[in-house]
Amino acid sequence: MNSVLQKLLDIFREPSVIVGLIALLGLLLQRKSVSDTIKGTTKAFVGFLVLAAGAGVVSGSLTPFGEMFQHAFGVQGVVPNNEAIVGKVLTDYGSQAALIFFFGMVVNVLLARFTRFKFIYMSGHVALYLAAMIAVILIANGFSSWQAVLWGALAQGLVTTLSPALVQPWMRRATNNDTVALGHTGNVGIATSGLVGKLVGDPTKSTEDLKIPKGLGFLRDTTVVIAVSMGVIYLLVTLVAGPGYVEDKLSDGQWYLLWAVMQAGTFSAGVFIILAGVRVVLAEIIPAFKGISEKLVPNARPALDVPIVFTFAPNAVLIGFLSSFVGGLVGMGVLVAVGGTIIIPGIVAHFMTGAASGVIGNATGGRRGAVLGALTNGLLITFLPLLVLPFLGDVGLQNSTFSDADFGVSGLLLGGAVQAGHAAVIGLIVCALAAVLIGSAVTTRRAAGKAEEAPAAAEEGRAAS
Amino acid sequence: MKFLAMCSTGLGSSFMVRMNIETIVRELGLADVAVEHSDISSAGPGSADVFFVAKDLQDAAQGLGDVVVLNSIIDMDELRDAVKSAAARHGLL
Repeated sequence: MNSVLQKLLDIFREPSVIVGLIALLGLLLQRKSVSDTIKGTTKAFVGFLVLAAGAGVVSGSLTPFGEMFQHAFGVQGVVPNNEAIVGKVLTDYGSQAALIFFFGMVVNVLLARFTRFKFIYMSGHVALYLAAMIAVILIANGFSSWQAVLWGALAQGLVTTLSPALVQPWMRRATNNDTVALGHTGNVGIATSGLVGKLVGDPTKSTEDLKIPKGLGFLRDTTVVIAVSMGVIYLLVTLVAGPGYVEDKLSDGQWYLLWAVMQAGTFSAGVFIILAGVRVVLAEIIPAFKGISEKLVPNARPALDVPIVFTFAPNAVLIGFLSSFVGGLVGMGVLVAVGGTIIIPGIVAHFMTGAASGVIGNATGGRRGAVLGALTNGLLITFLPLLVLPFLGDVGLQNSTFSDADFGVSGLLLGGAVQAGHAAVIGLIVCALAAVLIGSAVTTRRAAGKAEEAPAAAEEGRAAS
Repeated sequence: MKFLAMCSTGLGSSFMVRMNIETIVRELGLADVAVEHSDISSAGPGSADVFFVAKDLQDAAQGLGDVVVLNSIIDMDELRDAVKSAAARHGLL
């Protein structure tokens, strides 16, 4: 008996197998053919192993970077990049993260079904990253695997249901449409940008009236952007560290500047592999989630990835990215001045969340809203990751970390609670759940009361956001 | 026949467009159309017969061949028309 249990435990400790099983369940629920089911299950299983292989490549270039940064500046340097950190986390905490991700989707569907927060979080990649962060925070601070999966899945479901609701009032303005929502881990920063725009800006002076030269299309090619931006960062740090140290300790005699370029390229290659793995894994899981959620919650808004807003204000995309990046540089300057760990602006995060902040800031506050809103986002995604680092245990020492604002806020809440004790985490999650259920019931009743007086006011879900 | 939806990372929005194209392909009853999604840097002219991108990626997608540019990637009506005309171009309708 014991040996059977041991074998079962072995299976559950292998994240690639869990991911394969989740895909298998999804494919069976979609009633796919036998050949599609076998194909999909195998691809998800192999996809996870691809991801894990990419994690090794990224670590191979990040570890010497960390040593070199430490040598050059005497402090830790951290490049926030979701793919880089998640690869490492998923090789260590993959089983728990995969289960939190899976049961988090279940909680999301249930909350959308039974509350007024009718948002289905379709951005599987960032949801997977969020699950990875939750798994680390809970397990690094003493939760057992099964407790981590239980409470982590509830936390995951709450964040993925509530985060789109935060941005929805501004989304309606930006898209003139109330049928889709924004599902991204940058939502706190993006919503803050909308608020800043509303407070300081003038929506009639739109970014889209400006004439801005095009030609930054290369920014949309992730591989190029990461290789080039990391190349600049590696070269700068290598120059400060000096040829003596680098060629002696790190590059095994290779010319130090060539070594720096090779490391930057290797980092980008690792992210490329991780992205390929994530893509394969999600391709087998998300369609089932979409199909099931559409059946169970027919009037839900799908919460989709940030590029859905990019076409509404192309100028704001560029202005938002640049403003957010400036915010990141200013934030880094402040960190250099005060000493301690330095957060180096991660270009992908500033592009994705900064651009969306620009579009939303422009919708609520025009040019000034786009600039100041995205700048605020840039500051948030510099300081929030720093505050979350202490809760990540060994993962906090990996020279990379989770980049977006939602990771910061949910990480701070969970991390703060977990330091106060396990009961505090459970209390926080139960209270949040109760608040959502009661708040939803009260607003539904109020809306129903109003509906009797004025039927037009009853539109389902409006009060939710 | 292969349709490929693309975005910058090949994770979120291209995947959504892909699932919407699959829905439309089923609606139209098109046989033998495979729909996939990818990041724009991995795609080459031989990757697919028709490429779908959002307006903001138009420049990056040049030179791939039959590129369909979508003004809004959340507009199902626009996408339906685009898939229909792509299918007609390639003799499927």
